[in-house]
Amino acid sequence: MSKDTGPAPVTHVDLTASFEESGVRDVLRELDEALIGLAPVKSRIRETAALLLVDKARQQMGLATGTPTLHMSFTGNPGTGKTTVALKMADLLHRLGYVRKGHLVTVTRDDLVGQYIGHTAPKTKEVLKKAMGGVLFLDEAYYLYRPENERDYGQEAIEILLQVMENNRDDLVVILAGYPDRMDRFFASNPGFRSRIAHHIEFPDYSDAELLQISETMLAQQSYALDPQARAAMAEYITTRRAQPHFANARSVRNALDRARLRQANRLFNEAKGPIDAATLSTITEADIRASRVFRGGLDVERGPQRTAAA
Amino acid sequence: MNDMSETMSKTIGDAKKRYAAGVLKYAQMGYWEPDYEPKDTDVIALFRITPQDGVDAVEAAAAVAGESSTATWTVVWTDRLTACDKYRAKAYWVDPVPNSPGEYFAYIAYDLDLFEGGSIANLTASIIGNVFGFKPLKALRLEDMRLPVAYVKTFQGPATGIVVERERLNCYGRPLLGATVKPKLGLSGRNYGRVVYEALKGGLDFTKDDENINSQPFMHWRDRFLYCMEAVNRASAATGEVKGTYLNVTAGTMEEMYERANFARELGSVIVMIDLVIGYTAIQSMAKWARANDMILHLHRAGHSTYTRQRSHGVSFRVIAKWMRLAGVDHLHAGTVVGKLEGDPAATKGYYDIFREERNPMALENGIFFDQEWASLNKMMPVASGGIHAGQMHQLLTYLGEDVVLQFGGGTAGHPGGRDREPRGARGDGLRPQRRTRHLERGRGHPARRGPDLHAAEAGAGCLEGRDFRLRLDRLARLRPDARSVDVTRSGACGARTRPAP
Amino acid sequence: MKLRQGQFSFLPDLTDDDIRVQAQYAIDNGWAVSVEYTDDPHPRNTYWEMWGHPMFDNRDAAAVVFEVNECRKEHGGKYIRVIAFDASPGWESMRMGFIVNRPAQEPGFRLVRQEGAGRVVRYTIESYAAREPEGARYA
Repeated sequence: MSKDTGPAPVTHVDLTASFEESGVRDVLRELDEALIGLAPVKSRIRETAALLLVDKARQQMGLATGTPTLHMSFTGNPGTGKTTVALKMADLLHRLGYVRKGHLVTVTRDDLVGQYIGHTAPKTKEVLKKAMGGVLFLDEAYYLYRPENERDYGQEAIEILLQVMENNRDDLVVILAGYPDRMDRFFASNPGFRSRIAHHIEFPDYSDAELLQISETMLAQQSYALDPQARAAMAEYITTRRAQPHFANARSVRNALDRARLRQANRLFNEAKGPIDAATLSTITEADIRASRVFRGGLDVERGPQRTAAA
Repeated sequence: MNDMSETMSKTIGDAKKRYAAGVLKYAQMGYWEPDYEPKDTDVIALFRITPQDGVDAVEAAAAVAGESSTATWTVVWTDRLTACDKYRAKAYWVDPVPNSPGEYFAYIAYDLDLFEGGSIANLTASIIGNVFGFKPLKALRLEDMRLPVAYVKTFQGPATGIVVERERLNCYGRPLLGATVKPKLGLSGRNYGRVVYEALKGGLDFTKDDENINSQPFMHWRDRFLYCMEAVNRASAATGEVKGTYLNVTAGTMEEMYERANFARELGSVIVMIDLVIGYTAIQSMAKWARANDMILHLHRAGHSTYTRQRSHGVSFRVIAKWMRLAGVDHLHAGTVVGKLEGDPAATKGYYDIFREERNPMALENGIFFDQEWASLNKMMPVASGGIHAGQMHQLLTYLGEDVVLQFGGGTAGHPGGRDREPRGARGDGLRPQRRTRHLERGRGHPARRGPDLHAAEAGAGCLEGRDFRLRLDRLARLRPDARSVDVTRSGACGARTRPAP
Repeated sequence: MKLRQGQFSFLPDLTDDDIRVQAQYAIDNGWAVSVEYTDDPHPRNTYWEMWGHPMFDNRDAAAVVFEVNECRKEHGGKYIRVIAFDASPGWESMRMGFIVNRPAQEPGFRLVRQEGAGRVVRYTIESYAAREPEGARYA
């Protein structure tokens, strides 16, 4: 990337070897392990990694020059794994030598846009500087653009962002993320972003079966388990919850499980007559799930969409 | 060793026996206390002792402890008018020096109350006062000292220190470059100033009077000061940098030194210089003067080799360095590792650490025998001089780091391209310490052997002049001993009769 | 006349990549890097104008290069330097400083001599440019 590391002319490259050496294989494997489902996303990332690896080889042979455009958009509903993938992507780009540090800076409109005149530019620049050497993840990017207000400071942030995305391609990669439909409208009214983004990755919703698997994985990570009746209740919960508003895929599952654990603790506390064993302490039962208001069509207990990181 | 001769060396406490007429062994007088646990406030000295044949090492160590504190050749009844247990220095450990038959390391602890605060003269009058001529010893060398924080705090310390010196010079992140004006003796003030001007304009930060340039018939000190300051200011205007020349104010009396130092201040010099031979008290006075007058104080260690050079006798330079940091000088010569004067890298590192670190942990490989806290005394800037030149920049940075004054004396004046070429070579090359340091940190071996690295190549290019010069100098030196200073000495060597016409 | 202050001033002008490498060295040492500019290059002008605060929280030196270039847009006709500040005990001072931008013309300094008693001369160094008011010193 930098001029001073220019290697001697190369006539042959071994892609398999560079695949191994760069550690890309490890990142892809971690991605596979960390995320359930998401087959289309994983295959897109695999393709992207392959492209970048080949690009690197072409550069070494003098077939290509300059840094390719790496800015990306991640579109998908909340809770579909965008932030997790962004973290892996930063790692991947770092190992391939496209970013120097590989850290991820996650921001939303509020981190970029100021409250008064003259506030936005320094704020945006500060964020961009922090992200340099790594990846800037701008969640719900469309909030930057508010056509209804001519004097919205978001426009200023957009201009700086576009400028840096163009001029500092060596220094940072920007990932814009958000709901698919709103991102489409955002790109339609901001052609500057559209043209600067090379990789669009769509994150589909998880299937019911995947979400059930995710819930079991999440619980296992905290040394909890569902008993068979609870598993059936959870499957039903997922189907029911999906039909209700503000469904957020894996994040909804996480929230449901957090509340189930709360109920389990409360239940154990009330029922316990004597010493209890480890199995009891780690089992979520049907009652812990069924107590959710979701089964009564109630939604007010669910939180609205969170504007911060997508889980 | 420490339980050797136990019966011989047991303290005789019984007053009747102890103060009876006659001669007692020092060990029996209580100067040997193998169980003594040195206090945090004790001054500790490490001596290398070489007892006369037949003299027991423990007795010799006790004798050194005695002679450097309260003892005389016999026990006197007037001891009993004092808290003599406290005032007796205690030898508490004796160890044979590895691979040196007949030599022993003796550790001796001194109570803080044995010394007057803030006085190197008083400290040295005890520690190296009488004892070095002591008959039972063939040789005696003071290898190291642990100075307790309580004592360190009674000294001013370096008048300016590395941090403020850099702030005053507006120069950070690279070694400072200097040169001694050559020939050492014989130039007139006017010609002397020419050398200063050319060298500073060429890129040096400092030029320096040599240790024996004071006020001789060929150049009165006021002449030198006036011409040098004209040169300094001309060079400063030519480069936009703060420049300095170490005006040597060494003279026969304090009054004379103060007069010269005040004149240097009046002329706007940022730095003055003194020689070690003026003595510890004069050095401390000048350090005090320097702090009061915003002046950097350079000390030339003239004469130190008379007592630092012998392996078995004298005072180690690391001890002198400690005393000088207490005394309060800002610059002190400390060896080069690669130059014409002796010095091995490990010991030199020890000296540099004493100059520049906030605390020195024990590092036997560098000759540091004790943990030493400097209690926020300013750091001293080491000066590397003696046969070094720009071609060695990589090595010098490796061994000495960047907080150092590199003095290319002959190397500057003797550069075949002119006096201002060598500094250019040095500043072209030496100013990439970052790359070098990083290589060091990564442990990739000697930075001079770096691989194909554009920065190295670039830096190297800046140094070509220097390398070129080294080759020629070596060749010249073989032919003519005075070749190092071709430019200036051509006539200087002939004395005042035919001075060069600059 | 070429202003020779600081590090690297005897080398050819640093490229952006050179600046990045040096700044990264400072960052990796835990020093805060900042950008300053001035149109008064007197060697004892300690306080150059600050182009923003020292960058305490930037991991990558691209941020420094970015600010240098931002500063050049506005003050390209002046001197710009990059400095690194070390806040660790015993230092609390600058550890690096080098010029990254110069005016097209550097008129240099005038040496003013004031003759005193005897042969004593008092010297003043004055930038030719600094005789113009601030902001109008370099084309």
